[in-house]
Amino acid sequence: MSTKKTLFDKVWDSHVVKHVEDGPDVLFIDRHLVHEVTSPVAFLGIKNRKSGVLFPNKTFATADHNTPTINQHLPVADPLSANQLKALEENAKEYGISHWGLGHEKNGIVHVVGPEYGITQPGATIVCGDSHTSTHGAFGAIAFGIGTSEVEMVLSTQCIMQPKPKKMRINIEGELNFGVTPKDVALYIISQLTTSGATGYFVEYAGDVFENMTMEGRMTVCNLSIEMGARGGMIAPDEKTFEYVKGREFTPTGAAWDKAMAYWKTLKTDEGAEFDKELTFSASDIEPMITYGTNPGMGMGISKSIPNAEDLEGGVATYKKSLGYMAFNEGEDMIGKPIDFVFIGSCTNGRIEDFRAFTSIVKGRKKADNVTAWLVPGSHKVESAIKEEGLLDILTEAGFELREPGCSACLAMNDDKVPAGKLAVSTSNRNFEGRQGPGSRTLLASPLVAAAAAVTGKVTDPRELMKELA
Amino acid sequence: MAYDKFEILNSTAVPLPIENVDTDQIIPARFLKATERKGFGDNLFRDWRYNGDNTPKSDFVLNNPTYSGKILVGGKNFGSGSSREHAAWAVYDYGFRCVISSFFADIFKGNCLNIGVLPVQVSPEFAAKVFAAIEADPNTEISVNLPEQTVTIVKTGEKESFDINGYKKQNMLNGFDDIDYLNNIKSEISEFAKELPL
Repeated sequence: MSTKKTLFDKVWDSHVVKHVEDGPDVLFIDRHLVHEVTSPVAFLGIKNRKSGVLFPNKTFATADHNTPTINQHLPVADPLSANQLKALEENAKEYGISHWGLGHEKNGIVHVVGPEYGITQPGATIVCGDSHTSTHGAFGAIAFGIGTSEVEMVLSTQCIMQPKPKKMRINIEGELNFGVTPKDVALYIISQLTTSGATGYFVEYAGDVFENMTMEGRMTVCNLSIEMGARGGMIAPDEKTFEYVKGREFTPTGAAWDKAMAYWKTLKTDEGAEFDKELTFSASDIEPMITYGTNPGMGMGISKSIPNAEDLEGGVATYKKSLGYMAFNEGEDMIGKPIDFVFIGSCTNGRIEDFRAFTSIVKGRKKADNVTAWLVPGSHKVESAIKEEGLLDILTEAGFELREPGCSACLAMNDDKVPAGKLAVSTSNRNFEGRQGPGSRTLLASPLVAAAAAVTGKVTDPRELMKELA
Repeated sequence: MAYDKFEILNSTAVPLPIENVDTDQIIPARFLKATERKGFGDNLFRDWRYNGDNTPKSDFVLNNPTYSGKILVGGKNFGSGSSREHAAWAVYDYGFRCVISSFFADIFKGNCLNIGVLPVQVSPEFAAKVFAAIEADPNTEISVNLPEQTVTIVKTGEKESFDINGYKKQNMLNGFDDIDYLNNIKSEISEFAKELPL
């Protein structure tokens, strides 16, 4: 057997407490992120079993899924949501877990605040009861979503039991075209692999495109790994990663930093290490993307028309059901379709660079009258940066308002629900039926595409509005 | 929480021949606000099952009295999307003990195994046979035999083997879960934690 290891092997193998015969590995978890929705039953479990929390300092709790994005200073109106938030606060307190609840200055979406405060580090194993935990793979961590039973396991033993996934590498070489963002890269990959094409695999993203990406862009790409079925995705840490991590609240300092750096620099795939599957795409084939169906794999270049069912492999009935839900027809163009809502935010595209991109297009323009726009920063830190960088003034001038941080309309657990039948361009991660509210219809896209839709009131190629910036 | 043991399940089955059934369909996010594991079955497939005014949609299979049973047969890539264990809880709480599909999303499959719902992955050909058998006769019985790792269409005798790792199989047969296992090796885990690279 080859002794050459992939990045994934290095991190995984160093965290295996033991291998269970004819079963999974017992995997040690360095960082456990917790939010209010998938944790209460896990806390009940440790209470019932009287098992306690083994390493409370390795778990971090924040409230995000179920929080309002206006008037956060007032009591939460929905009694069920309020109850869940209270349960998290009480559980965190009882077990000595740090808790950044609603109103806390560090509050925000769990996958936005983790990196912001240096909780997310290269080479770590990170889990959370949320499938978009894959975001943290951008730092060369193994990060993935778990169920509530597993949340309980991590609380009580800091371990979960997982069979080691297969390994896939996705290479994209070359330079991205004008107007193409990390979101487009991810939606392109998913459209090529389908929503289940990477199920059973852990992905490493490699090549020029990812090397040249900012940390925030890498987070967007890794975030969407789950949308092609992969448990997670990761990118080898480099100088950009170390620079980002350095000096944050939970980042090691002094001698510990030197030790960490020495280790982190070893975290890359060895030359000649083997993957179970390897795919290569060309950057030049990618254009700004938009989805037209009810899963993230149903995406295409924004200038293209909706594929015909007979041109696809299998699943014709499901495909037609999906288009029926969207009220679209095969062969139609997406460009020019009137839209009702724009949502910028979420763990996919709720970071400062996303708001910079959005603002670059709406600057000097006005929000279209037919559009309701929800601008939801991923955290208070992002919210502050929007204000400090002067973006808020530009957005206000263009007729937009900024809301308070949270997951918001990405999953519409709070009041931010797109009404039935309405069409939303969203920078979030899922366009499933009813995802943004019962009967809502979602087009996933980048912050640039969302901005172009917000000011024109219809699906618009952002490159048309960016010409003067070129 | 431990669950009922699973050995052999003979039951009629409910067909849902739709691909990529995601966990937002299995249980929409707005029904995830509970702090206890109770009542999720009521909201299983909520928006496919009920109209906006809470009246049942007559064309959805769970509202069709012709079909019932403890086995749900889903299309390819069943359970994609969110990691919410609530989806598996809803399936269990509604009364299903087994889901048959030609392909499962990872996290959903793991969640099912952790709570006592057996995910049975069969070939696309065998899945098509199961759907056809149910369509021909909604009372047709499917037999899922965990000790032998086989699934059989009782009437025709058509049978296929399915995979499950030995550890998970033993758990299902005995109604054990991973939490029991891990709680028993805590001291080993604490020792390991001292040896980590960072």
